[in-house]
Amino acid sequence: MPEEVLEIEAGDSSLQPIEALDALLGGAGRVDLLTERRARHDLRRQIALLERRLGELFASAFPRQGIDWRVGALGGPRVLGVAELERVRDALATRLHEARAEVGRRGEIEAQNRGMVEAMIAEPKRYRWVLVSNEDVGEPGCRHWHSRPRWGILGMLMGWWRVKLSSGCPLARGLRLLQTGTWPAKRDTLRPPQSIVSLTLA
Amino acid sequence: MREEAATEAGWVAPELREEFPGLALRYLSVDGGSARTPRHVKGRLADLSNRFSGPQAINLRHQPIPWAYRVFYRHIGLDPDEQPTPVEAVALERMKRGGFISRSLLDDALTIAIIESGVALRAFDAGRAEGRLGIRQSEPGEGLEGRPGELPQGTLVIADEARPLGLLFGAIAAGRGVRPRTTRTILTAVQVKGVPDIAVEEAIWLAADVLRS
Repeated sequence: MPEEVLEIEAGDSSLQPIEALDALLGGAGRVDLLTERRARHDLRRQIALLERRLGELFASAFPRQGIDWRVGALGGPRVLGVAELERVRDALATRLHEARAEVGRRGEIEAQNRGMVEAMIAEPKRYRWVLVSNEDVGEPGCRHWHSRPRWGILGMLMGWWRVKLSSGCPLARGLRLLQTGTWPAKRDTLRPPQSIVSLTLA
Repeated sequence: MREEAATEAGWVAPELREEFPGLALRYLSVDGGSARTPRHVKGRLADLSNRFSGPQAINLRHQPIPWAYRVFYRHIGLDPDEQPTPVEAVALERMKRGGFISRSLLDDALTIAIIESGVALRAFDAGRAEGRLGIRQSEPGEGLEGRPGELPQGTLVIADEARPLGLLFGAIAAGRGVRPRTTRTILTAVQVKGVPDIAVEEAIWLAADVLRS
C-alpha cells in the first residue's frame, strides 16, 4: 500500500476536531493564508477517509441495489475553498450515514427472510405459495425458495407441500438485444427487499 | 534494437503543487497515431475481459490507486459516481457491454493500460502541442477550443506552453486529440497523491507497448 495512503490513514484522528477547526476558521475573522491552506489539507484528509469508508460500505452492500451512493459534484475541476470542501465532507458524511442506515435496515429484513426460509423448509405446509428469492436474503444470483404442493392439485387437496429450490439465472442473451434496446427489463430489478414475514402474516 | 525514450515529467503550476502534493503529469511521445487494432491486441483485450469480472469491478474502490483517484475527484469538485474515474469508466463499460470492446489501436492501448494499472491516461496529438505539457489553472478569458464560451477562471487544465489542451479528467480541446492524420502521439498520465511512480511508468509503457505492436 502506498505511503500516502498510510499517511491518510494515520490522519484518522483528524476527523474528531472538526468543531475546533470550524471555530478556528469562523471565530477569529483574520484567517491567514497558511491557516486556510492547513484547513483545506485537513478537510481533504477527512474527505479521503470518508470516501474510503463509503467505498467499504459500497463493497459490503453488494448485491443490494437501489441505494443512493451519489454525493453530488460542486462543479470542477478546480481548487475548492474551505467552505466548499466542508460541503463535500458534510455531504459525504451524510451519505455515509444514510447508506449505513439503509444497509442496516435491509440487513434486518434479510435476516428475517432467512429465518423464514428455514421455517418454510421445516414446515412447508404453513407457508403455502410463499416465494423467497436470493435478493430477499441479500445474496447474488437468481435462486429462490418456493413453497409448492407436490403433484399439483392433488398435492393441494392432500396437503402435500414442499419447498422447491430453484437455481440458476436465465442464460445470457448476447449483446445484440442489449444494443437494439429491446432486451426486456429484468423482473424485480432495483426492487428493495421485502419482508416476506410481514407479507405472509398480513 | 530500438532505443526506448524515457517518460518526461510535466510541469505543475506552483500553486497547485502546494495545494495538491503528489499531483504530477508524466508523458511520453511515441511515433504514429491510431490505426486498426491488430488481431493479437484484440486477443489481449478478450483475455482481459475474461480476467476482469464483476467482483473486481465492485472492489475497485478498495484498491489504493482507484481510491486515490476517487478522492482526488472529490477534492476538485467532481463526483466520481456521476463522472467516473478513468479506470471505473472502463470497468463500467466492461460490465455493461460484457467485454472490452475493441475500437481502435489507441483506444485499445489506453483501455489495456488503464485497466492493468488503474492510472488515468490520455492521449494528445504531439504535432499540435507546443513545448512541454503540464497542469495549471485556466486564466481569465481562456477557453477550450471547440467549446463555446470561456472556461471558468481557475479550471484545472492540461496545457502545453501556449494553451489548454483539455480539462483535467474531462474534455479534450477540438483538434488536440489524436486524429487520423496524427503522426506522433503523446501519452499522458495524471498522477495524484496515493498513486506510486512505478504504476504511472508502467501505465505509460503498457500503452506505448501496445501502440508500437
